[in-house]
Formats: sequence, C-alpha cells, structure tokens
Amino acid sequence: MIGLLKRVFGNNMGQAQEVTDTGSVAADAVYRYVVVGAGPAGVSVVENLRRNDAEGSILLLGDEPEPPYSRMAIPYLLVGKVGETGTHLRQQENHYQALGIQLRNARVTGIDAAARRVALSDGSGVQYEQLCLATGALPIRPPVPGLDQKRVHHCWTLKDARHIIELAHEGANVVLMGAGFIGCIILEALALRGVNLTVVEMGDRMVPRMLDPVAGTLLKHWCQERGVAVHTSTRITRVEPNPGNSEDTLLVDLDNGQQIPAHLVVVAAGVKSNLDYLQDAGLAVDQGILVNEFLRTSDPHIYAVGDVAQGPDFENGDRVVHAIQPTATDHGRIAALNMVGKPTPYRGSMQMNVLDTLGLISVSFGEWDGVPGGDQAVLQDQQGYRYMRLEFDGERLVGAQCVGRTNHVGVIRGLIEGRVALGPWKERLKKNPHLIMDAYLACAQR
Amino acid sequence: MGWARKLLRVNLTAGTCTTEALNMEWAHQFLGSRGLAAKYLVEEIDPKVDPLAPENKLIMATGPLTGTSASTAGRYTVTTKGELTGAIACSNSGGFFGNEMKNAGWDMIIFEGKSPKPVYLLLQNEQAQLVDAAEFWGQSVWDTEEGIKAKHQDPLIRVASIGKAGEEGCKFACIVNDMDRAAGRSGVGTVMGSKNLKAVAIRGNLGVKVDNVEQFLEAVKAGKAVLAGNPVTGVGLPTYGTQVLMNVINEIGALPTNNHQEVQFARANDISGEAMHAVRKDGTKNLVTNAACFGCTIACQRVSKIERSHFTVKDRPQYQVASGGLEYENAWALGANTGVNDLEAITFANFICNEQGMDPITLGATISAAMEMFEAGAITTKETGGIELRFGNAEALVQITELTAKGEGFGREIGLGSKRLCEKYGHIDMHMGVKGQEFPAYDSRGIQGMGLTYATSNRGACHLRSYTVASEVLGIPEKTDPLETTGKAGLVKAFQDATAAVDASGLCIFTTFAWSMEDIAPQVNGACEGDWTVESMLEMGERIWNMERQFNLAAGFTGADDTLPKRILKDAAKTGPAKGKVNELGKMLPEYYQLRGWNAEGVPTGDTLERLGLA
Amino acid sequence: MQKSLHIIPEKCTGCTQCEIACSMEHEGIFSSSKSRIRVFKFHDEGRFVPYTCTQCAEAWCQRACPTGAIDINARTGAKEVLATACVGCKVCTIACPFGTINYVPDSGKVAKCDLCGGDPACAKACPTGAILFIDAEATGFEKMRAWAAKTDTGASATA
Repeated sequence: MIGLLKRVFGNNMGQAQEVTDTGSVAADAVYRYVVVGAGPAGVSVVENLRRNDAEGSILLLGDEPEPPYSRMAIPYLLVGKVGETGTHLRQQENHYQALGIQLRNARVTGIDAAARRVALSDGSGVQYEQLCLATGALPIRPPVPGLDQKRVHHCWTLKDARHIIELAHEGANVVLMGAGFIGCIILEALALRGVNLTVVEMGDRMVPRMLDPVAGTLLKHWCQERGVAVHTSTRITRVEPNPGNSEDTLLVDLDNGQQIPAHLVVVAAGVKSNLDYLQDAGLAVDQGILVNEFLRTSDPHIYAVGDVAQGPDFENGDRVVHAIQPTATDHGRIAALNMVGKPTPYRGSMQMNVLDTLGLISVSFGEWDGVPGGDQAVLQDQQGYRYMRLEFDGERLVGAQCVGRTNHVGVIRGLIEGRVALGPWKERLKKNPHLIMDAYLACAQR
Repeated sequence: MGWARKLLRVNLTAGTCTTEALNMEWAHQFLGSRGLAAKYLVEEIDPKVDPLAPENKLIMATGPLTGTSASTAGRYTVTTKGELTGAIACSNSGGFFGNEMKNAGWDMIIFEGKSPKPVYLLLQNEQAQLVDAAEFWGQSVWDTEEGIKAKHQDPLIRVASIGKAGEEGCKFACIVNDMDRAAGRSGVGTVMGSKNLKAVAIRGNLGVKVDNVEQFLEAVKAGKAVLAGNPVTGVGLPTYGTQVLMNVINEIGALPTNNHQEVQFARANDISGEAMHAVRKDGTKNLVTNAACFGCTIACQRVSKIERSHFTVKDRPQYQVASGGLEYENAWALGANTGVNDLEAITFANFICNEQGMDPITLGATISAAMEMFEAGAITTKETGGIELRFGNAEALVQITELTAKGEGFGREIGLGSKRLCEKYGHIDMHMGVKGQEFPAYDSRGIQGMGLTYATSNRGACHLRSYTVASEVLGIPEKTDPLETTGKAGLVKAFQDATAAVDASGLCIFTTFAWSMEDIAPQVNGACEGDWTVESMLEMGERIWNMERQFNLAAGFTGADDTLPKRILKDAAKTGPAKGKVNELGKMLPEYYQLRGWNAEGVPTGDTLERLGLA
Repeated sequence: MQKSLHIIPEKCTGCTQCEIACSMEHEGIFSSSKSRIRVFKFHDEGRFVPYTCTQCAEAWCQRACPTGAIDINARTGAKEVLATACVGCKVCTIACPFGTINYVPDSGKVAKCDLCGGDPACAKACPTGAILFIDAEATGFEKMRAWAAKTDTGASATA
C-alpha cells in the first residue's frame, strides 16, 4: 500500500450524547467481540458473529439514542411512508437481546490498540479480543459561510429528520444544497412533502458520481418538469439571515447572483468516513480505514467495515470506500467470519446504486463510466426518459447505467460479479442493451 | 367483466386517438372479437367501399376471455373489408399480442382513415400515440418488431406489424405479431398498409378481471383437464402440430396437389409432420420444439430451423435461426400444391411469409396456379424473368416467394392472388378458390362437407369457418362419411355457428377438437356478466354468421357466389378413395339455405333476422 | 420436508400459464406483468426459460434490506417481503444477482416469489410439468446455487 496517508480529523461533528445504558455496563468489561457503530454494517457484523459463534460475548456500541436504524429509510420517514420504528434495522422486539448481543449507547472517543481497549465518552472503557469498527460516515459541511445558522440542517440522522419534518411544511421555500445520491433521495422526499424546492448542485448534472451526463441531465429535466428548480454548475456562496421575514428567515446567495429566500436549507454535500476518534489508534487510514481482503486493519485484532472502511474493489483490487448498503452488509458478513476464525477473503465491493427521483428510477453498477480499452452499448430515448448504457471489458460486462428500467436489474450485478463471458450475447447487447436478462439467462444459467 | 369495456378509436387521417366506452348492448349480443368487431364494422362502413379506400376501417379486437387463464385465451382478430375478397374479412391470430391489448385495458382498436405518412400506434395502457414510422417503413416484420422494442427500450412491448408485402400492396398481406403469429387471410395486412399503418405496439399491465373468479377458475380447470386428456389436443397436436394431417389427408385422397389437378401427392411423407421429426444429414431436425401461444395448454405451434447447408440459407445467417415452422396448411400450400417435396425449401418459403407478412396459403395456391399456367404456356420465362415456374421446382418456389414478398419482378403479379392473376392470363378456370380467396389444404372432392364449407364461408374459401374435417376425417364429435353429402348441410351450419361463437370469445378454435360448447359456455359465463349458456352461445354464433352474410350481400355478393370452381364440381378425382368423385355442392346447398332460414337465393328471411335480433 | 421449485426449461412451451396464475394468486388479476415468475423466450433458438427466485441460501435481498423487511418463512423456507416494513428503497433489486426481486410502482414496494405459502400456483398451472414443487434436496436448483456461490463475494466459505 503505497502512499498511505494518516489523516486526523477534528472532533467537531455532532453533539456527544451522554446517555447511560439502562443495563449499566461495568467499566472495562471484557468482550470477545466489540463492534463500534450500530448502522447496517455493525448490525450485520454482530448478527453474523452470533451465527458463527454461539458463545462469545458481543457488545454493539452506538452513539445515537435510538435503536439501530437505517439512514436509508429516513426519506420514507420524511414522507410519512413509515413511522420512526419503520426505520429500525430490525423490526422484531428484543431482536438483539434474543441473540445475546449487548447494545450500549455510548460514544467512542479513542482506541488503545496495544491495550485492546476502547475508551468511551463517559470516561469508562471496554476491552475486546476482536474489535470491529463500523462507525460509518459523516456528512460534509462545506466551507460556506452561514451554514451554522438555525434552520440549516443535514439530513443524516433521525434527529435531523425530526427537524426537517418540523420545518418542511407544504409550500415552504426549501433550498437543497447538493444533488448527489443522498441529495436526490432527500429531493424526492421534500418534493413529496409539497415544499417549494430549489436544488443547487456544483456539478454539471445531477448525481455526477453515479450517472453520466446524459442520464444526469435526463434526471434534471425530469425534476424541472415536475416543478423542482434545479441549478447545476452553481455554487451556494453564502447563507445569510433574512431580517424582517419570519417565514423565510434565510437568504441563500448563489454564485450566479441569484438570492433565494428560504425557510429551510438542507445540506447534502457528500459524506466522508468517520475517523474522528482514531487519532491515537495507530491504524493505517487514507480516505477511510484501510483494510485487507479479510477486512482486517493494520492491527490484527481490529477490523473495519462499511462506510468507514477502505477495502478491496471488486474490479481492480484497489482500496476504495464504497459507502453503500450492500457493501456494508457484505463487509459485515465477511468480517464476522474472519473474526470468529473462519478465514474468508472478500472478493471486493462494487459501486451500485438505485435512485428514485420523483418516480424516475435510475441505477448504476460498477465501472459505469467504462474502463480503458473497453467498449459500450448505449440506447437512449430522451422523450421517454429511458436510457441504458452498458460497459464492457472484452467479453465481460463491467458496468452499467439504466434510467427508467427496474425489472431484473439485479442480474447486472450477477453478470459483473460472476465475470460471465458473454460470447455472442455481447453483440446482441450492443444492438439492444435491454436484452440484459436474456443474456444473463443464456450465459450464466445454462 | 371479462371485457375491458373500452375501445380506442384511431383516426389516421387526423392523427387522433380517442377513447370510447364499449357498446355493452352489442357486447351482450355479439360477445367480442370476431362478433363484436363485425358489428362495429357493419355499423360504421359502407359495404360497397373500396377495401383500400380511407373509408374502410380496420378493427383489432380481443374477446372477453382474451388475457384470462382459460386455455388458449390469447386470441385477437382483425376485421375489415378484405382486399383479396371484397367480403367481410376476419383473421384470427394467437401469440401474445391479444393479451397485451387486453392488459393495456382495451377490447378493441378501430383504425379509420389514412395517415398522410407511415406511422405506428404506440399504446401503453391508457396512453396512445401515433409515432412516425419512417425508420421502419420498408423493413421486415422481424426488424420492425425488434426495432420498436429497442427504440422504446422495452422488450415486453408486443408488436403486430406488416412487412414489405403489406407496404407493396400484395393482395394477401397479413399482419404478423410476435415474429411469426399472423392474422393471415383475406389481405387484412394489405388494408393496414393502405392506411400507412406500419405497426401496432402495445404494452399493458392493468390486468384482466373476470366476473366470478371462483366459478371461472373452476370452469377453466375443468376445461384444461379435458384438453389434456384428449388424444388430439393432449398428444397429437403438441407432438406433430396440425402437420399430423399431411399423411392422413393424403391417404383419404383429399390432398390437393399441383393446383388441385390431383388429390394425392406421392411425396407427401417428405413434407409431413413425421418428416419434421426426422434426423437430417447434419444430425439435427427440422423441428426444434413445439411452442404455445398465450395461455395455451395445447402448444401446437411448430418452431423450426432450416438445415444450415441448405441452398436457401447458406451464407444467410438471418435465416439460420428458429422461426415459426410449418403448419399443415402452409406445408400443403407451399409443398403438395406446388409439387415441391423439399421440406427445407418449404420451411424457408414459410419463414419469408413470417418475415415479410404474407398468407402462405394464398401464396402457395397462387404460385401453383401460376405453375399450371406456365406449364400450359400461358406464362413464359419472359414474364417470370427467367424462372422455370414448374411444379416441383423448389428453387423456383423460393425465388418467386422472395420476389413476391418484396413486390419485385413477377412477384408483383403473384401478389395479385390467384383470381386476379388467372383472370389476367386468361385462365380463370385455374383459380382454385371461392369469393376470391384460395382453398386451404382439403380437396372437397374427397371431403364433401368442405365443399359446402368453402362455398358458404363468409370470408371466401376457408377451413376455419366450419372445420367439418373434424367430423368427416377425425370423427369429432362423431364420424361422418367424407364421401357422403347427407347431413352435411346441418353439420356445416352447426360448425359455422359454434366456430363464430368460439372466435367471439377469444379462445382458439383448436380447443374444439376436445371441447364442446358444454365446456366453453361455463368459462364464458364465469368471465362475463349475463347468462351464457350453450344455447345462447350457439344463437350468438348464428347471429354473427347472419350479420356477416348480410354485409356480403350488401357488398354485392349473391347466392351465385356460393359455388366452387369447375374443376371441383366437374373434374373427378383421379386417384385414392375419392377416385371418380366430384364435389356435390348442388345436393347440399339448398338444404343449407333452408336450415339457415334463408330463401332460395341465399338471402336471410325477415323471420330469421327477426329471430336473431338483426332486423 | 422442505420443498422448492424445480424448473425444467426443456419442458416449457412458453404458454405463460405460470405467470397468469401467479398474478391471479397475488394480485387478483390476470397480468403477466405482475407475475413473480417470468418465462423468458429465446425466439431465435426456440427456447423457453421460466425463471423465478430460488430462495437462495445467500439471501442477498434479505441481507441488503435496510429495514429488515425480508423475512424467512420458517415453514417453507421462502424469503418473504413484509409489506408493512418495506419502504420501497429498491436496494434489494440491485443486490440480488439473480434479478428475481423487483420493484412494483403500483404498490411502491418490492415483490418476489413467496412460494404461495407452500403451494405455488405456478407449479399447479404448468401444463407440461416444467415447473415442479418437490423435495428441495432433489431439485436442480443446486446448479443455480452453485452459481450463486461462485459469485458470492465471500468465496466458498459460507455462514
């Protein structure tokens, strides 16, 4: 691993919540397994640990005062499709208790790898035999003046969601900063709440890291047709107070000179791995915590999974952060197997996303923007809001994007990860990429 | 329910698509598909209209069972005034298009007028639009279907289209859906082409509902058990398809050969269902598999591949794929009737019919007539462009088929159909058909009832209006003597009425090898409101028959057109069990008129019309 | 004894009675588009392939679900979508490498084969015996599972 960076982040995000667990854990209790972070990756780890080790003690630490929940479900909470309990990762009562997994609400402040001890914000600590870090990501707050004001929120935690629900009333003027993947998910939720929405994206299109210019522009037109103001290639330069207006208390300045009054500003300017607590841990980190194919960090007793882990990429083996749900749960399962002593290499993660933007569904997989020397199949129907682009490397599919198609898209993953040789089907796909399911059945299932 | 209760009216002249409620009073009188579409046609067009004039209309219609789980319930029909015949035309097709139309929420689409430029209809549930078809005009059915699916990025779109033949005005162009299922006869594709309508592309997911789910499912289940247990629908048709008939019909001396000059074909076995199963030199078989249309538990369809080294497909990979293979009628028309015994060549000619949208029966029959005229010297290589158009010449069959599909050379003349062609070359006696439409694969000198069937069919010579072969040859529902005329008038009328009712329901007529109306009526009754009994179904069928008849009478046909060519009436069969026989139509027709409640001129009486609610 | 669907494509005629039966069982209408089993047609080859969820041991859909909305029916072994918990995020539809769990815009949730609670309508409707519901051990799904294992991100060791 060349060019390793050791990066230290200031401990500036979020307020540490001092909540004592009702079960009151004795200080410096020793656990066979300690997992830090109660998101999808952490929960996947603990469940798989229990599946593979019926006996070992397991502690799951989470720093939010909620049962383990899914950030991905927050948009559906915003539109009222589910209540707060609907965001919980596991729906059964006493799920963790039944599995003999101890849950504790505490914030980790540091790790002493030599002592195999995790320090907690209440001053106590726990000791581990195996540690897994699943501390996820934190939203980025860009250096734009005025983002520290009231009514400026991320949309990351349940707490954020509660603020947004309070403010995003029908007809409210809302400015959304960022039309990346998370921005777009929130966009849908905000639009469905009936707010008067303006989206401001620095990139030249929507979801620039998931879709190419054709697809990203399709999404933009789709949103505009549905009454959402979308500004691409535009920056927010400042958020100012708007004195004398009790409804729209904020004024959002754009670099094109426009000023938009806002009742609420939602910041979705990307996320970064949450590494704040690792200053003294001595772990190798780059964008995230660097892990090998066993999802082990530079310390043999410490693993890292999910959004915080920078692990092997499926296509080329590079170390990458793929902050997506399927990677989180795959990581969780593989790390757990290795932690219990069943050595299991990970074949690497692949970028894949699915996005519903006001009913227009788009997906992207793997090397959607192609690989050097590869070739592609493209089909577009701008008026019909349909688009499909497949990327090949020789006989193999390595990446894909679709807009307006949902049926059987999973086989794109199957074809890519199965490294399926397409044979004559490659030419057929180049003529009509929508034969992807046929190609899969013909090549992978015979 | 059963019905979607909605029709789409597409005015091609104005470029508009409008939704109308289905006339439910008519639906209860004529059920759907063939019946209900005929009712709309009769109400909306002048029977004397030129079939290719914008004033003619073209109706695509489903039946109330179309799209349900009843076995074979995927049929749709195309009803119009036929270009080949000038009579009412109703061509019936399977595949999956009919179900898609129903699932999109439509019982029927009425096309009227003529588009100023080639267009296709794109219909996605309630959303209908006419789309410029410039990029598809001139393309085959196969390319059009694939092209439309790719263009709209939806492999589940179902397409019915015309090929080159329909564009070029071939008088027997058909409308092909799902690559090789066709509304085949009477030139319905020619009418579609005259309207500059290239294709109809449909995607629907609204679903089909039935009136009484439990009752319906029970009747459907019982019906399927009957089909599975019947030797014809349970074994014969799935194994050999309709091609099970080739040797059978040849043996009874009713296989028209060399344009009906003979009634037996010495090489019939070479082009039979059995031959399709035989292992070829390269170790493969002509028959790849049998296949089913939507919801069909019989699966009679043939899927064939031509031997790669055969002269027809060598170096032509686009024809080395599987496509709809030979059904009995096609194998006969392109084979026995042209004297060609090359199974692969016949299969190829049939592929071209699939690809460019031609009726293989009329094509084969017209080529046969041309061959007879060629051998008689009325047509020479000067006209044919050097093609030796002789009986038994497989290369000539293939060449002329391709030319006809494209409307080139002598193919343009073949495209007239045999009646116009024979008239043109002074040999109307060599036209083997009725009301301008060529006979299918049964010589009525050997199967007497089929003579009456052909003579009285409302769409010109046709086996699918009263398939008395079932009784006279296969013994279904009971065996009658094919060489006898006694009782055939009643048999034909009963078959005609029952067939019209089945066609109106959305089911496939092939079910009636096993099903009687006792099996069918409960399925219709479960799906539809109203009281659908055996009696009401049969009366409904009779009502349809008489309405079609009245259209034809108004169009200018008379009882004098209920006849057969001289060859069938005067020239005795030369070989086989029917040796020495002609068709004795004269013995059957008066009785038939009487049973129908028609006068001696073949016109329905006032009482008959009154009784059927057609007055 | 746990049973599973066993599909023999060679016997399929492409009639889609399985699709029609599935949509009636789950949606109360006849509509192939709403079926959880699909017959894929290879027209140029004359081949028909019925295809649906194998209830695979890897349970990709279940693992990917952020709200625990996919549950295993202890009696049938089927992975079932809990309509009350599914938020319609569609992550399972990209996570399942078999493409057998799909988003249904009408309901705003995903749908997949649930073995009809242990009496699959598709198998009952198949007229040719191309879809059987038989002892899980005896089915050819092993072949598909083998393939699943091959693509599994976790090599051959399984949990």
